[in-house]
Amino acid sequence: MTVAVEPDERVRIFGIRHHGPGSARALRKALEDFKPEVILIEGPPEADPIVALAADPGMVPPVALLAYVSAEGEHGDRRAAFWPFAEFSPEWQAIRHALAAGVPVRFCDLPAAHQLAEPPDDHSGGVPGADPGPAGPETPGREDAEALEQVRLDPLGTLAEAAGYDDAERWWDDVVEHRGDGPAPFEAIAEAMTTLREHAPPMPEGHALREERREAYMRKTLRRALKDGFERVAVVCGAWHVPAIAAGLGSARDQGAVTATGDDRTLRGLPKTRVALTWVPWTHGRLAGRSGYGAGVRSPGWYHHLFSEPDRPIERWLTEAARVLRDEDLPVSSAHVIEAVRLADALAALRGRPLAGLDEVTEATLAVLCEGAELPAQLIQRRMVVGERLGAVPDSTPMVPLQHDLRAEQRRLRLRPSALEKEHDLDLRKPTDLDRSRLLHRLRLLEVPWGEPAESGRGKGTFRETWTLLWRPVFDVELIEASAWGTTVRGAASAKARSAAAGAEALTDLTSLAERCLLADLDDALPDVMRTLADRAAADTAVAHLMAALPALVRTLRYGDVRGTSTGPLRTVVDGLVVRVCVGLPPAASGIDDDAARTLLDRVDEVHDALALLDDAEHLARWRDTLAGLIDRPGLHGLIEGRLTRLLLDAGRLERVADRMARAVSVGESPARAAAWIEGFLAGGGLVLVHDDALLRLVDGWIAGLSPEWFTDVLPLLRRTFAEFEAPERRSIGERVRHLGSGDRAGRAPEDPGDDDWAGLDAARVGPAGQTIMEILGWSPSSP
Amino acid sequence: MTEAVLRPHAEQQYADELALLSEHDERPRPPGWRLSPWAVTTYLLGATLPDGSRISPKYVGPRRLVEVAVATLATDRALLLLGVPGTAKTWVSEHLAAAVSGDSTLLVQGTAGTSEESVRYGWNYARLLAEGPSEQALVPSPLMRAMRTGAVARIEELTRMPSDVQDTLITILSEKTLPVPELGTEVQARKGFTVIATANDRDRGVNELSSALRRRFNTVVLPLPATADEEVDIVARRVQQIGTTLELPDATAGLDEIRRVVTIFRELRSGRTGDGRTKLKSPSGTLSTAEAISVITNGRALATHFGDGVLRAADVAGGIVGAVVQDPVSDRVIWQEYLETVVRERTEWRDFYRACREVS
Repeated sequence: MTVAVEPDERVRIFGIRHHGPGSARALRKALEDFKPEVILIEGPPEADPIVALAADPGMVPPVALLAYVSAEGEHGDRRAAFWPFAEFSPEWQAIRHALAAGVPVRFCDLPAAHQLAEPPDDHSGGVPGADPGPAGPETPGREDAEALEQVRLDPLGTLAEAAGYDDAERWWDDVVEHRGDGPAPFEAIAEAMTTLREHAPPMPEGHALREERREAYMRKTLRRALKDGFERVAVVCGAWHVPAIAAGLGSARDQGAVTATGDDRTLRGLPKTRVALTWVPWTHGRLAGRSGYGAGVRSPGWYHHLFSEPDRPIERWLTEAARVLRDEDLPVSSAHVIEAVRLADALAALRGRPLAGLDEVTEATLAVLCEGAELPAQLIQRRMVVGERLGAVPDSTPMVPLQHDLRAEQRRLRLRPSALEKEHDLDLRKPTDLDRSRLLHRLRLLEVPWGEPAESGRGKGTFRETWTLLWRPVFDVELIEASAWGTTVRGAASAKARSAAAGAEALTDLTSLAERCLLADLDDALPDVMRTLADRAAADTAVAHLMAALPALVRTLRYGDVRGTSTGPLRTVVDGLVVRVCVGLPPAASGIDDDAARTLLDRVDEVHDALALLDDAEHLARWRDTLAGLIDRPGLHGLIEGRLTRLLLDAGRLERVADRMARAVSVGESPARAAAWIEGFLAGGGLVLVHDDALLRLVDGWIAGLSPEWFTDVLPLLRRTFAEFEAPERRSIGERVRHLGSGDRAGRAPEDPGDDDWAGLDAARVGPAGQTIMEILGWSPSSP
Repeated sequence: MTEAVLRPHAEQQYADELALLSEHDERPRPPGWRLSPWAVTTYLLGATLPDGSRISPKYVGPRRLVEVAVATLATDRALLLLGVPGTAKTWVSEHLAAAVSGDSTLLVQGTAGTSEESVRYGWNYARLLAEGPSEQALVPSPLMRAMRTGAVARIEELTRMPSDVQDTLITILSEKTLPVPELGTEVQARKGFTVIATANDRDRGVNELSSALRRRFNTVVLPLPATADEEVDIVARRVQQIGTTLELPDATAGLDEIRRVVTIFRELRSGRTGDGRTKLKSPSGTLSTAEAISVITNGRALATHFGDGVLRAADVAGGIVGAVVQDPVSDRVIWQEYLETVVRERTEWRDFYRACREVS
C-alpha cells in the first residue's frame, strides 16, 4: 500500500522493539520531550482499569498482564493470554512515565475478549501470548502460533539482512540498542517499516486477517483519543504496526488512508467472550523462552543490565561477572577484569561493531575471567545473561480468593516463591515444616506443582521430606482455574479430592488418592474418599486389584502415624481388605499360566512386605495361615509354590523344607516346574543356599542328575534365577558348591539350624583367623 | 632455498598470500604489525579478496576463536592456546606469528630440560672468559630477540617446562622488560612484542601454570573438529599439503578412505558409533585429527611406493592399528571388539575388515 498521509501534529507514533532496552531508553527520552496528554500502548484495552497498579511500590517487574476467560466454559477449557513486561520493556517505561506524569494510559490492541473468543483449534488466529487450547502446565504455550510467526515474516530480519547482518538481534543491537544518546530513531524506523511493508511477502490468510483487525482497533482507539480532545497523543506499538496506524490519520480523501467506516466494518461481528484481567508475576526465564509480543529475548539479564546501567555497561558487567565467579571461590582479580574489558573492546573493533555486545563480552569472559574453562562460563550464562528473577505484584492486584489465600499461607509459612530451583528439607516433627509439606501436597492435588517431592524420600525415615521448589508464572493461571473448587487452598483441594474420588475408576487410583489426602491433611475429604474406597473394594471381585491397592494403603497408615493424622476409617478399610485378600487368594492362585503366576508372585511379595510394615499380629497370622493352606494345594504353579515355601521358611512357619524341595525337584516333577519352583524359592536372594548345605546339595544333585535335553531346557530359567543374585552371593554359592564334597556336616538336618552364627564355617579355615583375632585382643592362644 | 627444505616456515610457504593481503589491507595496523588484525583473521580463516585472488584457510574451526586470539594479540596480551594433542595449537600459533610479525621462527620449545637461559639469555663462554661480561658475549634467547624487534615470540608446550622456568615469563609479560643484571642493562620490549604459548591440559607429566602466570595470558581452547565432515575436510587438505611438501607422486587421495579413517577415529574417540546406536570403549590414545592425517599420509606413501598408487584399505590398516593400539593389552582388546562388532557389520567395509585382520 502506498500511504500518503499528511502528518498529524497531535500524534506521535513510536515504533519500538518489544523488550528492547535501547528502545525503552529512547522512548523514555522522547516521551519526556513530547509530553503527551495520553499514551496509547499496544495491549489489551480491558487492562485500562488496572494499569494504575503499575505505580504501586509492590509491583516489581518482570510482571505480565494475564487475560483469562472468566465465563463458565466447559471443564478443562483453559484459555489465557499474557502480555509480559520487564523493567527494560518500552511498554513498561511508557506506563511508568504516564503514571508519573499523571496522564491516562489506554491500551489499544484488539480486546482480549475477542482474541480469546476465537475457537481453540483455529491456530492461525492465535493471539500472541494466547493459549490456543488446553495444554500442560509447563506450556501454556503457543508453539504453533510461534512457529507461524517465524514463518510469516520477521521484519527486522529483512532489514538486518539488507544491512549485511546474519542475525537480526545483533543488527538491532548495533543500530538501536547500543546507541547511547543522539537523535531518536523512531522516524527512521517508521520509514524503514513503511518500505518494508510494501515489499513484504503476503502473510498467511488467517494471520493477515487477525493483523488487520488488530491494527483496525489500534486506529479506532487513536481516533477516539483524538475525538476526546487530547492535543498530544503518543502511540507506543511494535515497529511493524507504525505505518498501519499512521494510515488511519489521514482524511478519507487521501489515497491509501483507512477510514473509520472501513475499520468499523473490519471489526464488526467479532466473536466475544467474557474475560478478566490481572497482573501476575513473571520470570526472566519465560521472557527468554517466548514472549507475548512475539519477540523472544534470549538474554534478559543482559538487557536488564544495559537498561539499568547506561554508564559504562561493559565494565560494570564484567566486574559483576568477576564477582559472581569470586562468590564461587574462583580467583578472579581486578587485573582480569581490566584485560577482559580490553579484549571485549578489541573484539568489537575487529568485528566493526560500535560497542562490545553480548557476544564479545561472553568471549572475553571465557578467555580471560574463566581462563578458557567452560563450566564457570556456563555459570555466568545462567546467573547473569538470563539472570533469572521473579517479579512481584502488590496485594491490591485483582486476584481470586484462592490466590489471596495462597499468598497468606506463603507468608505464614515463610515460603517465598522463587524462579530458581531450590531444595527444601522438611522435618515433619516441626509444626511449620509439617504445614509446609501439607500446603505443597494440597497444591499438588490442585495441579499446581510448585514443589516436587524427591522420590528417594520414601525410603529414609518417614519424618523427613525433600522438596524442590520452583515457581512458574503459569501457576497463577492454574490457581485461577482451580478457584472453581473453593476459596482456600485447603477447601479447594478437599473439594477436588472428593470429586476425583467420585470419578475414580480403578481401585489403585482411589488408594493413591487416599494417600495424597492424608499427606495433604484433608480431613474433610478423607472420609468421603474412604467411603468410596470401601464401597469400591467391596464391589471389586478381582483379588489382584485388592492386592495392588493394599501397599499404598498400608503406607498411608504408617504415614498417618507420623503425621498425627487420624486414620480410623483407613484402618477399617485395610482390615477389610486384608481379610478379603486372604479369602480370595487361594482360588485366584490355582490354574494359572506362567505370566499370570509371575504377576501374582509380585503381588504376593508386595502384600507380604506391606503386612510386615503394618506389623499387626492378627493380620500377619491370617496371611501366613492362608499361605500355609495354599502351599499344599495340588496344581499350584511351581513359581508360587516355591515362593510360598520360602516366605513361610523365612517366617519360621515351615518344617522339613529340605523334604519339600527334594519333592519339588524329584523325578516325578517336570524339570520346567522344578526350575520354576527353584526360581520362586530363591527369588528373595540366594543367601539361603550359602547357609544351608542340605538345600544346596539338593539343588546341586538335581542339576547334576538332569538329562542333557532337560538341562538345555532348564538352563535359561536357572540362569535368570541366579542372575538376580548379587555378585558376592553368586561367588560364595560357587565356592560352597566346589567344597560340597569335603564338608563334614553332610548329614546335618536342615530343619535344625543349630548355632546360626557358626553355620557354614569351615573349621580348618576359621582356626588360624580366630587365633589371630585372639592375639590381637590380647588373649594368649593357650587361654580358653 | 625453500625448495630444498623439508618443511618451509609458514611465512615462506604462504609468502604470496601474505603479500596479497598486505596489498589489500587498508585498515589500521597496530604498531609493529605487518597486517591489520582484520587481515590476520582473514589469513587464518581464508577468503576471496576483492581482486578475486584466494586466501586458503589455515584453520578450519569456529571463527570466533580466531577472532578472540587476534584481538588478544592486538591488545598486546599474551595468548595461551590450550587443547588436547592434535587440535592444531602449534599450527595456529605458527600462522599467527607469521601473519602478525612475518616471522614464526622466534620459538622456544618447552621440555622438562628447558633452562632459564633458553627463555632469557645465555653466554658465549669463550668471550665471557676472554672479555668479561659484555654485550658481545651475550647470547639472546628467541624471546629476547622478539622483544628487541617487536615481534611475536612462540613458546611450545609451555606446561612441559619446569615451573621455575615458567615463572621467568611473569616479569617479561607484565613489565615487558628483561633485565640483564650482569651488564647493568635491560631490554625493553618494542611495540608489537607479545607471546603465543601452546599447552596441553590433559597430558601426563605437565607442570601446571602458576596462577600469577596464568592470569597474564588470555586463554583460547581449541576444540576437536565439531563434525565428521569438518574433520574429513581438514584431513584431506593437510594430506594434500604434506604430500606436496614430501613430493609424493600424486596418489589418488581417496576421499572415501579418508572418510573411513576419520569415522573410525571419531567413533573410538567419542565412545559410540556415528549413528549413536552402539556404545564403544575408548582406547587410551588421543586419536586426534593430527594422527588421522599422519595415518593417511603414511598410507599414501605406502600406496605410492609399494602399491599401485591408489590409496586402499590395506595401506591405512597398519597405520590405524598402530594409532589405536597404544597400550598393547587393553587397547588391543578394544580394537578387536570394534573390529568384530562394528567394522564387520558394515558390508561396504569388508575390504578394510580383511586388511585389518591381516595386520593384527
